[in-house]
Amino acid sequence: MDKPVNQGAWLLVLPVLLIVAFSAILPLMTVVNYSVQDTFGNNQFFWNGIGWYQELLDPSTDLGGRFFDALWRNLLFSLLILLIEVPLGIAVALSMPRHGWRVAATLVVLALPLLIPWNVVGTIWQIFAREDIGLLGWAVNRLGIPYNYTADPLSAWVTIVTMDVWHWTSLVALLCYAGLRSIPDAFYQAARIDGASRWAVFRNIQLPKMHRVLLIAVLLRFMDSFMIYTEPFVVTGGGPGNSTTFVSIDLVKLALGQFDLGKAAALSIVYNLIILAVCWVFYTVMTRMDAQRN
Amino acid sequence: MARIDLQSLGHSYTLNPKSDDDYALKPMTHVWEQGGAYALLGPSGCGKTTLLNIISGLLTPSEGRVLFDGKDVTALPTEARNIAQVFQFPVVYDTMTVYENLAFPLRNRGLRGAPLDARVREIAGLLDLTADLNRRGRNLTADAKQKISLGRGLVRPDVAAILFDEPLTVIDPHLKWELRSKLKALHRALDLTMIYVTHDQTEALTFADKVVVMHDGRVVQVGRPQELFERPAHVFVGHFIGSPGMNVLPAEVSGRAARVGGHVIALRRGYPALSGGAKIEIGVRPEFATLAPAGAGGVPVRVRRLDDLGRTRIARVELSGLPMAATVPEDLTLAGDEASLLLDPAMVHVYADGTLVEGEAA
Repeated sequence: MDKPVNQGAWLLVLPVLLIVAFSAILPLMTVVNYSVQDTFGNNQFFWNGIGWYQELLDPSTDLGGRFFDALWRNLLFSLLILLIEVPLGIAVALSMPRHGWRVAATLVVLALPLLIPWNVVGTIWQIFAREDIGLLGWAVNRLGIPYNYTADPLSAWVTIVTMDVWHWTSLVALLCYAGLRSIPDAFYQAARIDGASRWAVFRNIQLPKMHRVLLIAVLLRFMDSFMIYTEPFVVTGGGPGNSTTFVSIDLVKLALGQFDLGKAAALSIVYNLIILAVCWVFYTVMTRMDAQRN
Repeated sequence: MARIDLQSLGHSYTLNPKSDDDYALKPMTHVWEQGGAYALLGPSGCGKTTLLNIISGLLTPSEGRVLFDGKDVTALPTEARNIAQVFQFPVVYDTMTVYENLAFPLRNRGLRGAPLDARVREIAGLLDLTADLNRRGRNLTADAKQKISLGRGLVRPDVAAILFDEPLTVIDPHLKWELRSKLKALHRALDLTMIYVTHDQTEALTFADKVVVMHDGRVVQVGRPQELFERPAHVFVGHFIGSPGMNVLPAEVSGRAARVGGHVIALRRGYPALSGGAKIEIGVRPEFATLAPAGAGGVPVRVRRLDDLGRTRIARVELSGLPMAATVPEDLTLAGDEASLLLDPAMVHVYADGTLVEGEAA
């Protein structure tokens, strides 16, 4: 029981603690510090306690209303792209070749959108979807469908969702493909001998193998779409009106547009906490599922 | 019920095979009798699995026909043939219980309700899986998983033949024997044709009534285990079956005598003068070559080494510089490395270009 305790071991973790303190904890504390104060410029700060937080979480106030509107938009956006990208990614992965030179060719083509910088993706679609000079926007309008993402909220949403699907479905497909590759040929052969239908093969062989990577794909796509900023900022700038103003865009407007540092800091922290909470839920669900399987 | 006929069946993975080398499976004709227990024995890459996949319909042969009971099934997909296959790695549907695994092939064929339940339980009983029926497939041991793979074949009432593709590869050695006995028992209990692919001679010889030895895309001998041992039809069979394998020595044969490096070895049968450019060899298994003290007759050999295999001892000897293996009798003690080798004339076979030459009986 009496193990000698050597407190000197703390020295070994000290460098890491210092680095984390300077890179994460100190900046975070600055934000916490801002979030409990108000400023009228001139570097004069006044104590405001939890005032900003109360206002932020109360939808009847100006700030709270803005925040919740943006939050629902964010959630709707994440839901939409998950509903599209996950089934589409699975479908793409299932139809990818399993042998031969086509594998490499398909992988390269699929990886292309993932390699494009985010603001370039935004610029591509900003031009591509313009109704005057963009190929897509012009063609859609010529087909008789009114489409203008700078004036019509529905058009703006369609553009942003389509852009995200174009940009990120590959990620889901590649992850699923990795899962599919781990299935030995014998499973498909046995399924044929067992007389399994295409659906039964998917349900009993392919889906179970993709299960884990799918969870990761959903987690990655949810977090990433929940934090989306660059692409809609480049394409619509949050408009028309506020129809594509997501939390991150609103945050930048608050902090850099209006210089409401206190409000913006409180918003940052709540936003951060939501993301952490969702991560934690995902992590717990995933580890629970793993524990159940074994 | 199925008798399986292969009629000039061949398979090549290249489009227009020109020479023999282009064939993974060289054109062959063979009959698998209903109810037989066959082993398909050969080294890796000799075409065993290709042949098996053609029979089960996973692969369409590039030439020839496959008949089940006289009916041409060459073009039929595997699910339309009354055949099942067990693979090297056990295939178990992870998300299903053992029961659902066994019921899967029946459900896919539209069977429901009480008949399905009865059939699944019957097969589970045969395979000693009744206690595990409600367990998930993933947590079972490799041998239990392999039993489920087999069970999914047995459960179908229409199945007349089961093909095994090296089914014991991933099974622990002490369970291999048990599972093999189980297969034997099942074969006796059910009227099924079983074809068992393996590269392990022990598995083949203990499982099968008839062993089909393949080499380089060709069937080199079909026979009972004893025939393979006593009269290998090809030097490959002699090498591949038996441990150590058959001794093969270049020789000149005429009449009832073979000459090896100046020594004369007596033969049971008479042979006409064999030449015509063919490579003539004689083959004799170590079991029929007995070491004796020098001067005891036979041919003189030089003993290089004695290997103690536990039950028997095997001598590594040289006959005129050619290495051979021979049996050492229990009571033999040797002085020095000079000895003589007694060969059983009935068990000395003559091969021309690797193939057994039938002699003229006495």
